[in-house]
Amino acid sequence: MIMDELLYIQNDVMPALMKGTWISVLLIVPSAIFGVCMGVLSATARVYGHRVVKFAGDTYVLLFRGFPLLIQLYIWYFGLPRMGIYLSPYWASVVTFSLCSGAYQSEYIRGALLSIKQGQLAGARAIGFTQLQTVVHVVLPQALRRALPGCGNEIIYLIKYSSLAYMVTCIELTGQGKILASASFKYVEVFSIVGAVYLLLVSMATWILNSLEKRFAIPGFEQHQA
Amino acid sequence: MKTDTEPILEINHVTKSFGTNTILHDVSLSIKKGEIKVIIGPSGGGKSTFLQTVNFLVMPDKGSITLAGNRVNPSDKRELCTHRRQVGMIFQDFNLFDHLTALANVEIGMIKVLGMKKKAATERAMAELDRVGLKDQANQYPAQLSGGQKQRVSIARALAMDPRVMLLDEPTSALDPELIGEVQSVIRDLGKGGMTMIMATHQIGFARSLADEIIFMEKGRIVEQGSPDELLAQGAATRTRDFCARIAEIGGE
Amino acid sequence: MIKSLLVIQQGLPYMLQGAVVNVIVVLSAMLFGFMLGLPLAVGQVYGNRFLRRIIGIYVWFFRGIPLLVFLFLFYFGLFTWLDINVSAFMVATMVLGLISSAYQSQILRGAISSLSQGQMKAARALGMSDTKAIVFIILPQAFRLSIPGWTNEYAILLKDSAVTYALGVTELMSRAHHIASRTYEHLAIYLAAGFIFLIFTYIGTKALNILHKKVTIPGCSQ
Ligand SMILES: Nc1ncnc2c1ncn2[C@@H]1O[C@H](COP(=O)(O)OP(=O)(O)OP(=O)(O)O)[C@@H](O)[C@H]1O
Ligand SMILES: [Mg+2]
Repeated sequence: MIMDELLYIQNDVMPALMKGTWISVLLIVPSAIFGVCMGVLSATARVYGHRVVKFAGDTYVLLFRGFPLLIQLYIWYFGLPRMGIYLSPYWASVVTFSLCSGAYQSEYIRGALLSIKQGQLAGARAIGFTQLQTVVHVVLPQALRRALPGCGNEIIYLIKYSSLAYMVTCIELTGQGKILASASFKYVEVFSIVGAVYLLLVSMATWILNSLEKRFAIPGFEQHQA
Repeated sequence: MKTDTEPILEINHVTKSFGTNTILHDVSLSIKKGEIKVIIGPSGGGKSTFLQTVNFLVMPDKGSITLAGNRVNPSDKRELCTHRRQVGMIFQDFNLFDHLTALANVEIGMIKVLGMKKKAATERAMAELDRVGLKDQANQYPAQLSGGQKQRVSIARALAMDPRVMLLDEPTSALDPELIGEVQSVIRDLGKGGMTMIMATHQIGFARSLADEIIFMEKGRIVEQGSPDELLAQGAATRTRDFCARIAEIGGE
Repeated sequence: MIKSLLVIQQGLPYMLQGAVVNVIVVLSAMLFGFMLGLPLAVGQVYGNRFLRRIIGIYVWFFRGIPLLVFLFLFYFGLFTWLDINVSAFMVATMVLGLISSAYQSQILRGAISSLSQGQMKAARALGMSDTKAIVFIILPQAFRLSIPGWTNEYAILLKDSAVTYALGVTELMSRAHHIASRTYEHLAIYLAAGFIFLIFTYIGTKALNILHKKVTIPGCSQ
């Protein structure tokens, strides 16, 4: 009985879940990268941009943070064909995750940019930095440190929310779990393992982000996070 | 106001360490009803820690506290609370409850600890606020009061519990110079009224005029103790006098 | 275009009723999460090392696994396995509540630890037991400090509640899907649904902001 169970897990569950985990990683990593890029772009636009650009950035953040992720996913996957654009389940997921994540990242980065005091810019000008030099040597090093904890948190959310890709038939970790469990009716066993894999992914990401924070820590830039 | 009865409070051989760092070395002190003892000494000498062991806000490692002949067993929760109720404490940074008005700050102990009815508690609280000259500020929140007013509310809060002894830990240290006087005068009135007090302070002049006995504490030990006149007299070759002379040079008191 | 608008107009009451289901699920989940999260927070601040460790693991567990996985695990797994018959609505509320309890415990813990140590000391010095000090001195202040966190938590839960559609809870998302697959107006319907979520988030946020203003005390906010 227990032998059967173990064999089932070893022969059926593990290989399928490995495959699913790999797809999950393929969803998470590009979405995280695109998300941070979107965040930096839109935050810069919102803080330093012209009125029109600012408005566009604000609207982007309002909508993509305001709509539930699942609805956004359905808009990209089911809604866009109406306009003649067809995305595969995988790409619909990546686009959705990137844009939604970017909107959240935008908030953290905007906050970080705003936290840079006027004196810092004055100081940079005083020693003769050009605009670009000021951004590269003063603004970014400070802002990225301030934004890191928030952005890291957002990436951890992204890991968990990537499970929603299953809802548009992108068969990643959760999807593989659902297929296995529906066939064998062993929901408890299968989804316990699925949950454990997510816990592992989240814990690994947390650990990496904490080390990054430590690596770049400077006195005066400490942030206390729940 | 001295009476030659048994001491009301006895602190016997109190020792306290934090980790490997021993802050109090076998400190003993006893005080009679109506007496005022003032602890002075350098920063970090253990004055605050000592005062807090008296009502077990800091648990002593060794030693005992006896209040009115009753040796307190701090591991008995009820006895501990009863003891603390009878020992009023004034903190350097006031520690008023930030979510309560001045009046409610004074009432809350009477209502929640003594089990008094709201109406009676309000009456008593108003009387105590009146005593410290803050009747008109009763409905202000701590954030709306000056430092001196906050400290006076905290004195009213302690008095409302009818404490047998009061502990005052540098009650004027966090105050702007112009506000020190109003708090000192309240404390002086308390002394005149016969309140038993142990106070830590850096205000030498105030200590001298108020204290029945001055206790000089350094590195967790009581180094000297005696009447202000003995310790601070012109030409007295005491550590206390040295210390006070040094403070006077810096602080100009 | 005209057809899209018509479909939205006709579906609106049906969808709004769905949104009410979302709000009910979320408010119940928040209440449940609060009842669990409060003792967790107090335990994590004032408990001994062992208790703190256990609570830490609880929080790590419920914050580390996706909602969808919990929904499947509980609905198709645990309750079926235990042979207990519960509605999808109940499971959805419970799961959201459990996850929320982990987050709420951290909101409250943050608020409690941001209070100065002096508050507890002064309460003890008056002779209050630790329980009384926590109930009458610490928590009234911590709750006030937690309101912005709760506002945030409400917005997150409301959006997450769309995922309960996966169990067939007839909330807004599932109703939108229902209309969309009958009328083929996916884009219009999901956009409309998104805006309904946005509006309900806004209403809840506003309400909590008003509450925040009402209970705020000078010097008692962050
Ligand atoms: N909770 C604690 N943990 C570790 N060390 C402590 C703790 N409380 C106090 N100490 C240490 O005990 C020593 C004595 O501190 P205490 O506050 O009692 O001195 P003090 O005489 O009141 O000084 P001050 O005049 O500055 O108020 C200090 O060195 C302090 O660092
Ligand atoms: Mg001190």
